[in-house]
Amino acid sequence: MKPYVRPMPATWWLKRTPYLLFMLRELTSVFIAAYVVLFLVMIRRLSEGQAAYELFLNGLRSPLAISFHVVALAFALFHTITWFHLTPKAMAVRIGEERVPPALIIAPNYVAWVVVSAAVAWILLRG
Amino acid sequence: MANSTPKGAMRLEVFRYSPEKAEEPHFQTYEVPFHKDWVVLDALNYIKDQSDGTLSFRWSCRMGVCGSCGVMVNGVPKLGCSAFLRDYYPNPIRVEPLEHFPVLRDLVFQLDSFLDKLKSVQPWIVRREGEKPVSEGEYLQTPAQHARFKDFSMCINCMLCYAACPVVGMEPHFLGPAAIALAQRYNLDSRDQGRPQRQETVASHDGIWQCTFIGQCSAVCPKHVDPAGAIQQAKLESTIDWFKEVLWPWGGKQR
Repeated sequence: MKPYVRPMPATWWLKRTPYLLFMLRELTSVFIAAYVVLFLVMIRRLSEGQAAYELFLNGLRSPLAISFHVVALAFALFHTITWFHLTPKAMAVRIGEERVPPALIIAPNYVAWVVVSAAVAWILLRG
Repeated sequence: MANSTPKGAMRLEVFRYSPEKAEEPHFQTYEVPFHKDWVVLDALNYIKDQSDGTLSFRWSCRMGVCGSCGVMVNGVPKLGCSAFLRDYYPNPIRVEPLEHFPVLRDLVFQLDSFLDKLKSVQPWIVRREGEKPVSEGEYLQTPAQHARFKDFSMCINCMLCYAACPVVGMEPHFLGPAAIALAQRYNLDSRDQGRPQRQETVASHDGIWQCTFIGQCSAVCPKHVDPAGAIQQAKLESTIDWFKEVLWPWGGKQR
């Protein structure tokens, strides 16, 4: 008796939508890392003086840079929202016999997101 | 099997593998009458009884309890007894053995690796000093203590979660969803003291850290066991263990 082992194609993640969405979620890290690198370069240019910084800002106005930001924002939102919605899986909070409803675990993530974003906006825009 | 009048015909493309006849598997197409209340298992039994007695598949209870009849239906792991033909009609359906398992014949696959993995997590109550004698009575448990692990104890070992998990396909040694959920079921049991032993398997290289949280194990589970949740919770607890070992005096062993 010779058991037959089915090969696993490299394109397994194209076979079903949930697998594709998982791969997209994994891919978000690339865009988030790319944005962090861009941000670090920006800080570097800022430290080099006004001329270097303005040259960098001009570069950001190019269609390529703008499309990168749009795509990176979309991936960052996808990353954030999908992970927020997975938190109840990792956190099984119980009160007596009942498990705290998933929505109550997800909601504080959004609240924290809004509060932190508002704080950053306040710091940047109060000037 | 229901006796309602058929409302047409349904085509099934069934995975066939006969090691004594051919090295490679092939798909064979069958036509079965379409009944609104038929499930894939009814169709397979119809084929076996009426048109091709050589077709091999496992089944037993036909009501979602025994976990024997798991098959891929159009690429999705399902219990053959719970997948209704009406959800696919009039399109044909493709029936294959559960993914990521070596196929013995047709829809029958080898489950040795799964049974070994199950056994490796010691899915029974472990007591440090052995069990107390029966004369001393039971280990009592409150409803709240029972509720902590109840969901994880509903597993019927149908292996749909292994078929849904691409990590199992890529890393055959990965302990897998059901075994980890079962380990978690005993770890959370107030009567059990076996977590340190289980951790050696569960938190090993082939354990929880292989999981990339695709989450399909929980999506396909017919008993709502949520193995993906069990794995993430085990990761969280193992991480807390690690921090305790590093930051606590005496390695946080006194718990």
